[in-house]
Amino acid sequence: VASPLTVTVRLFGRYRDLSATSTLDVDVPSRATVADLVAALHALELDVPFPDRPVVAVNHQPAPDGQVLAADDEIALIPPVAGG
Amino acid sequence: MSSDLAGLRSEPIDAASLAASVGPDCGAVVTFEGRVRNVNEGRRVIRLHYDAYEGMADRVFADILRRAREEFPVTAIRVLHRTGTLAVGETAVAVAVAAGHREEAFAAARFVIEAVKADLPVWKREEYEDGSSRWLGGTGTTGERSAGEGDGAA
Repeated sequence: VASPLTVTVRLFGRYRDLSATSTLDVDVPSRATVADLVAALHALELDVPFPDRPVVAVNHQPAPDGQVLAADDEIALIPPVAGG
Repeated sequence: MSSDLAGLRSEPIDAASLAASVGPDCGAVVTFEGRVRNVNEGRRVIRLHYDAYEGMADRVFADILRRAREEFPVTAIRVLHRTGTLAVGETAVAVAVAAGHREEAFAAARFVIEAVKADLPVWKREEYEDGSSRWLGGTGTTGERSAGEGDGAA
């Protein structure tokens, strides 16, 4: 049986305000992908309107759904950007 | 590349100093300055707050500089974006591009500000005269709109 992985997800902008926290710890299976993380995030049923497929940055790069997560990855949810 | 500069700043940005810093060997210097506007979509704005993902912003800024360098024969590129709380009239973003001639200076400056708005992981929350506030960009609780459509600064 694969041991689960707890990943810390950084939050910014409206996601951070609405979650009232700057990081979320999310349990996922080992060898979980970005899509698995998003599913686990939605399963938390937080009162935050995360899109169905939010942008997930892994180590500062937007990551595809199939990317496998590692314990030491830096993971963040990226709201629609609004600079300038 | 040593003359390029891109980054986030928590202190006020002086666009004139940014433009002056490019050196005397450039015939054309184009600067763009995005400032906090006092009204957006008919609502009176009193200040903006910018949140940013610093580590990712460093990577995105480096990527923007690299792409601009590949596309435009320019001498220097400088771009700074504010974080934190800004009053109306303060500079939110400044771009200065130096080149031998105006065509590439204008084109590169335009490229850089558009790339910043499209890609930089920065988020703005507008605070209004009536005490309310909202995060801009995309959809969700802030209304159905895209980043860059009629928002508060650049």
